[in-house]
Amino acid sequence: MNAIVPIGAPILQVDGVVKDFPIRNGVLFGGQADIVRAVSGVSFSINRGETFGLVGESGCGKSTLGRCIMQLITPTEGQVKLDGRDLVTASKPEMRLLRRDIQMVFQDPLASLHPRLRIRDILLESLRLAKLPGPQANARVRELIELVQLPQDVAERWPHELSGGQRQRIGIARAIALEPKVIVLDEPVSALDVSIQAGVLNLLKSLQQRLGIAYLFIAHDLGVVRHISHLIGVMYLGRIVEIAPARQLFKSPQHPYTLALLSAVPLPDPIAERKRTRIVLSGDLPSPLNPPSGCHFRTRCAKAQDICASKVPALREIGPGQRVACHFPTAETAAVN
Amino acid sequence: MQHDMHLAPPPLLEIAGLRASFRGPNGYAEAVRGVDLTLQPGKVLGIVGESGSGKSVTMMALLQLLPGGSKVTGSAKFRGRELVGMAADEMRHIRGKQIGVIFQDPLSAFNPVLTIGDQIAEAIRLHDRTVSKREGLERAEHLLDSVAIPQPKRRVSQYPYEFSGGMRQRAMIAMAIANSPDLLIADEPTTALDVTVQAQILDLLQRLREELGIGLVLITHDLGVVAGSADEIAVMYGGRIVERGAVEDVFYRTRHPYTRGLLRAMPRVEDDGEDLTPIEGTPPSIWARPGGCAFHPRCVNAQQICAEVDPELRPALATASACHFAASLPPLAAPSELVGAPL
Amino acid sequence: MADLIDREPAATILVRPVFAAPEQHRRPSRGTVAWRLLRKLPPTALIGGVVILFWIICAATVQFWGLPDPLALAGKRLQEPSAAHWLGTDALARDVLSRTLYGARFSVPIAIAVVAAAVAIGSLLGAIAGYVGGWIDGLVMRAVDVTVSFPPILLAMTVSAALGPGLVNASIAMVIVWWPIYARLMRAQVLEVREREHVEAAVAGGAGSFRVLTKHIMPLCWTPTLVNATMDFGAVVLLAASLSFIGLGATPPSPEWGSMISEGASKFYNWWIAFGPGMAILSVVLACSFLGDGLRDLLDTKER
Repeated sequence: MNAIVPIGAPILQVDGVVKDFPIRNGVLFGGQADIVRAVSGVSFSINRGETFGLVGESGCGKSTLGRCIMQLITPTEGQVKLDGRDLVTASKPEMRLLRRDIQMVFQDPLASLHPRLRIRDILLESLRLAKLPGPQANARVRELIELVQLPQDVAERWPHELSGGQRQRIGIARAIALEPKVIVLDEPVSALDVSIQAGVLNLLKSLQQRLGIAYLFIAHDLGVVRHISHLIGVMYLGRIVEIAPARQLFKSPQHPYTLALLSAVPLPDPIAERKRTRIVLSGDLPSPLNPPSGCHFRTRCAKAQDICASKVPALREIGPGQRVACHFPTAETAAVN
Repeated sequence: MQHDMHLAPPPLLEIAGLRASFRGPNGYAEAVRGVDLTLQPGKVLGIVGESGSGKSVTMMALLQLLPGGSKVTGSAKFRGRELVGMAADEMRHIRGKQIGVIFQDPLSAFNPVLTIGDQIAEAIRLHDRTVSKREGLERAEHLLDSVAIPQPKRRVSQYPYEFSGGMRQRAMIAMAIANSPDLLIADEPTTALDVTVQAQILDLLQRLREELGIGLVLITHDLGVVAGSADEIAVMYGGRIVERGAVEDVFYRTRHPYTRGLLRAMPRVEDDGEDLTPIEGTPPSIWARPGGCAFHPRCVNAQQICAEVDPELRPALATASACHFAASLPPLAAPSELVGAPL
Repeated sequence: MADLIDREPAATILVRPVFAAPEQHRRPSRGTVAWRLLRKLPPTALIGGVVILFWIICAATVQFWGLPDPLALAGKRLQEPSAAHWLGTDALARDVLSRTLYGARFSVPIAIAVVAAAVAIGSLLGAIAGYVGGWIDGLVMRAVDVTVSFPPILLAMTVSAALGPGLVNASIAMVIVWWPIYARLMRAQVLEVREREHVEAAVAGGAGSFRVLTKHIMPLCWTPTLVNATMDFGAVVLLAASLSFIGLGATPPSPEWGSMISEGASKFYNWWIAFGPGMAILSVVLACSFLGDGLRDLLDTKER
């Protein structure tokens, strides 16, 4: 499995993670419990100090996967190994200590901050696991505020007094407080204005270079993901359909869904935008309650054949570091034509 | 208005000196401070801005959709008819009939306990009492079909919650065009949607424009969304238009530091992950806007005068720009530096 | 980046920010926040607050007011209100005004104790039920259901009768009547706040269950409880008086409002005997209702 990672050792290994949610239908008498498989058998690994970008559209299971990795919800199956240690089987007290090494940044920077705590107390709260004595903890709070490039007087403010970008910087400061090895970032910039996004992305990059933290960067925006990721995984309906180094994925996408996703991103460039041919996917995302057999994407795929309905395509290596779950990836079909 | 028939037809929408203010705890605050815009029939105008820039307020103001206690002054003429100060019941005949509106969140725009078909039929019957309920439903079905909703027959009798996000947005577009309006105002119509669905909706809007000749105002925070579909672009900041021009001019020959900043700050799928250039600071609140040029605290080119005098929007080479240094801004190194993709 | 004040917080993309209410600009200290809230209270609520404050002060200091002894004879029996006895005298020639004011020394402490105990027990059980869920939730909520299925006055009477007459027993009975209300309120709040993202962030940051509940959830849950407790203060005074009225609370000759009304009830033509305590109860109940309403309007709009 490490064949795909050129350098460094994996710090986070996600192996065959499955998450089922039971859905009860029937109002009065329990009814039959249906199962929605939000994440079905996802595996990937992240190297020390690198960023794995996880993209997909709403309902693809990327946030559920992030929460499974954080053990905020327990995966139905599979392993999540942090530095070789399985988090899924860790006991509750063990897990609390392990959380020092894996932290999270949330999408909504206001909702994710305790509304009745000042910024200083929010940051102190996150230092509690380290049991630092008072003066040291206060010094660390100052250091954290500086690390995320905010003025020191934010420490005395309330979350609602800060702007969106400043709040998200506090969210980041909280996550790096205990010098974790991995941070799961769930859509960290999608609630921010464009002019603010760039600053937060640059901050994340520079923190990674300074502190050597690995990121799992979950987002729906391919531009943002490309900008920050070393490796990118594309999810569709609970499965990873393609994994590739960032540059490779954008240069030669192999999965038809990746292709469609890329071609749907609007370019801030009128001429290029008018010239290009857009692959417009027809229809809606199938219901996760009743996903298509075989390849989940086949119902919206122009290349679909009989085999796509009968056989689930395995994620297989197709180029250096590039893996795709498709019976007819671009490279192979192009050769035939 | 008596326009000479031999001259060019009046513009579809002509906004001049539009101002809108909200009542706050300490008096009024201006959210829109003098906006001038023109839209010709069948054209697409993109209004781009960040949160608090006044882009939505401008359109809500001329439709009289602002909350009570807001003040609107200036002029906004729709086919020569003044909308500002228009009586409420007269406005009702225009809104929803001659001007269709699409909001960002289609779920909250629909009544959850009525079927989609009923609501579209009602929107038609509201403006034309001669249409029977049955005819209304039939037309609703056609409309759903025309916005590419599959199985329109089944869909008319479904409730909003049974529609996916993209489907709801289509249904809202269907409702907005139900009375064949001349102008469609779309306020962040794709912001809540996924990119693939966004592509579908933008395609649909483009098609409607071509087939029905509707003028479209597309309000968005995403420069990418307007790049492919707008004819003209107005960039708003701090309640004013800071740059206005044809789409290529704004993208390739921009004369305002804010537009330049936005273009540089956007992470793109075509570039190679080099560092982005953020715009420092935060967009101003309408309750506390800096004096002079609203952008000056965040502007790399700011001089003393920028803090003192708010620049007028005036022609500067290719575009109209509200910057004291519009003419003397350094030229863009190469279009590709900003644009990324080959021209 | 330096100017932190006066920035409109960027709303999430889903909310059109133009319609958002203006945020506070200056950073207020706790004191000024309290003062501003107070000033925003409607006049009825302010009057209610003043009345409640009066009764609390009365309960604490009435013995220093130089009133006639509420238990001693003061001249003739059944005197009409006069300059000497503003509210007249009762059947045993005791001053009614003095007895009414001394009555606060029973009603106010009882109301405070009962509401406090009910809030403490109910909120704790409700919070645990809401946060832990599962069979504990089921157990607590069934107990709540059973308790609230009895009419409150009947339940209080039954419990008091079983425990025997007396103010302490009546108070215990009233706590049993009231705790389920607070259990429900707190549980509902916890269920809602528990789903907020900052709670998930606390868990992700390694906070244990106890800390998550007490520090990150419960501090945001008190608004409905506060409003309800204010209103219940009056209701407890009324129920305590009712129990005394039927002889299950305070016993004669204690100047308790309920038992005083009970004494006055038999002397219909000497209306002033019941008038004093009656007005006292009315004033407390009304004041609590006004203040509670005012607080609710104020806090509901403040809470997100």
